[in-house]
Amino acid sequence: MAINHLAPELTEQFADNIVGFARALRAAGLPVGPGAVIDGVNALQVIDIGSRADVFTTLEAIFVKRHEHALIFRQAFNLFFRASEEWKHMLDSVPLPDGAKKKPPAASRRVQEALSQPRMTETQQHQEQDLRLSVSDKEILQKKDFAQMSAAEITEALHAIERMRLPQAELLTRRHRPDPRGLRLDLRRTLRASLHTGGDIIDIHRLGRIEKPAPIVALLDISGSMSEYTRLFLHFLHAIGDARKRVSVFLFGTRLTNVTRALRQRDPDEALATCSAAVEDWAGGTRISASLHNFNKLWARRVLSQGAIVLLISDGLEREADSKLAFEMDRLHRSCRRLIWLNPLLRFGGFEAKAQGIKMMLPHVDEFRPVHNLSSIHELISTLSRPLPPHHRSLIRSAA
Amino acid sequence: MTSAALPASVDAMLELLTSRGYLAERALATVTYLSLRMGRPLFLEGEAGVGKTEIAKVLSAALGRKLIRLQCYEGLDVSSAVYEWNSAAQMIAIRMAEAAGDTDRDQLSSDIFADRYMIKRPLLQALEPDVAGPPVLLIDELDRADEAFEAYLLEILSDFQVTIPEFGTVKAPHPPIVIITSNRTREIHDALKRRCLYHWVDYPAADRELAIVKTRVPGISAKLSQQVVRFVQALRNQDFYKSPGVAETIDWATALSELDARSLTPQVVGDTLGALLKYQDDITRMQGDTLQKVLKDATSD
Repeated sequence: MAINHLAPELTEQFADNIVGFARALRAAGLPVGPGAVIDGVNALQVIDIGSRADVFTTLEAIFVKRHEHALIFRQAFNLFFRASEEWKHMLDSVPLPDGAKKKPPAASRRVQEALSQPRMTETQQHQEQDLRLSVSDKEILQKKDFAQMSAAEITEALHAIERMRLPQAELLTRRHRPDPRGLRLDLRRTLRASLHTGGDIIDIHRLGRIEKPAPIVALLDISGSMSEYTRLFLHFLHAIGDARKRVSVFLFGTRLTNVTRALRQRDPDEALATCSAAVEDWAGGTRISASLHNFNKLWARRVLSQGAIVLLISDGLEREADSKLAFEMDRLHRSCRRLIWLNPLLRFGGFEAKAQGIKMMLPHVDEFRPVHNLSSIHELISTLSRPLPPHHRSLIRSAA
Repeated sequence: MTSAALPASVDAMLELLTSRGYLAERALATVTYLSLRMGRPLFLEGEAGVGKTEIAKVLSAALGRKLIRLQCYEGLDVSSAVYEWNSAAQMIAIRMAEAAGDTDRDQLSSDIFADRYMIKRPLLQALEPDVAGPPVLLIDELDRADEAFEAYLLEILSDFQVTIPEFGTVKAPHPPIVIITSNRTREIHDALKRRCLYHWVDYPAADRELAIVKTRVPGISAKLSQQVVRFVQALRNQDFYKSPGVAETIDWATALSELDARSLTPQVVGDTLGALLKYQDDITRMQGDTLQKVLKDATSD
């Protein structure tokens, strides 16, 4: 059934809806160009648009080019085109997110934000996209504590974090590749080249060592006192952990959970949802010492073996601080290349290590850094991308 | 070396291993049997010293096959794992050809890239036909090699052939028996594990460990061996950083019988604890009351 049976003004409206839908998809982060919109309208001319499932499949085939976009598409579709009883009209405006409904799935937040934007024309949208934050706004955003950000600012911060790319902090591996400035002679290639000249060696081929980014292991505290930061840090870890880099992520509250695999999904919201499904004690209490003990016992040997850098993200507020905590910190410190402790409490100018747990942990870290706003995350990245010093003892003398 | 037929059942496999002094759990014998039957690599993971490497040695001896061992380490590459050209000999050959006045370039290159200038490393050796039957290829501690090698290995394990640019393709007439071990100092990629049969080798139960000690330390008294095994089993229940493996138990039992110990005393245990525990922290924890308590349990009848 083609579309001709509809009145012309309906057809127009229908095309408008497809354009609007495409725009919403674009806002939700799918790469949908005008060509795809035309394809979409054309494709819907030749199928029965009375069937919601058929329209869904058709549009999905046109708008979704990567598997990780399928979920966002499905949610956008369900939000944009209301339930099937009103389906025939395809004229619905966008339903606004309904607060009374139960919590939407993860990707929905992005989709809903995209759909609840006021309608704009294409040109307006382009202007909007070119409109960067003014400089002063940017500076404020860089310095503002994550805990005090509004929802919009958090979104902005998340975008900034997603754009962050970790420059390669390189470790020399023991593997070689052809390199004209290398130190080793590649006898095999030299010899093969010499055959072109009847056995005279003219070109010397050399080998240099391959460099590879150091693996990163993040231990992220998700206890109640850290809850404002957790989501942002997970976004950060998701941003730096693409497939080429070895990034393992562990969450700990009262127990330790490995969420490395959950974080590998390409869509950060979806990855976060999988993480929270995997973790039972979101924002409970903290037992740093027990969690570190578990990490040292069950995981340290499996993830720290290739010169890993450990990021310990925690406020160090531990009720049961005793010598065990110091012992486990010491063990962790001795089994990794660098131990960097990121503590959001450092944002307070007059912060002093008064809490017992913090005092216990401090002697065993290589670096102690604040991490509560964008600029501190940028600093962290520049730290991580510096050439690595050989493993060295902390400069702070152990009290023991 | 005569080649024995492959065992026809799990029981036969168990018997074969036992006859060579390897007392395996039934699960391990089963998975080994399956790996031989299905022609799939056997992937053994477990703590250090539980007998992962040993099983390859025992298999090759029992089946009368050659054992080819590839010890992995970081930076292991094709030239040390598969093959390498003997460049020095090739250069001499070129000079000789020059001196003799041979200037045919094609002839020269086919001469110097011949089999005799090739140094064969374990993986290539394992692909070569053997009169005794396909060899046992032991790829030891794969976790120590890097991901790049793992990816390369994946290729070799899928079709058992290697392509050498100057030489051609070498393909195994019959795939070797492959045993891969890992101490889990990093996680091995799923893709490789998918090709293999996987088995986690655990510490043995007390009665099996006792049998192992009696087999491997022939001169030891029944009383001492029982105490040794009890003591070690108790240590494994403690929360140590590195629990002693079977290899350590055998070492310790051997040490004690070398010292002519009749039974465990605090003195003797304190002096020889280094054969069991390899971390200072663990040894420190094992002093005083803890030691007394474990010792008392182990020596009470």
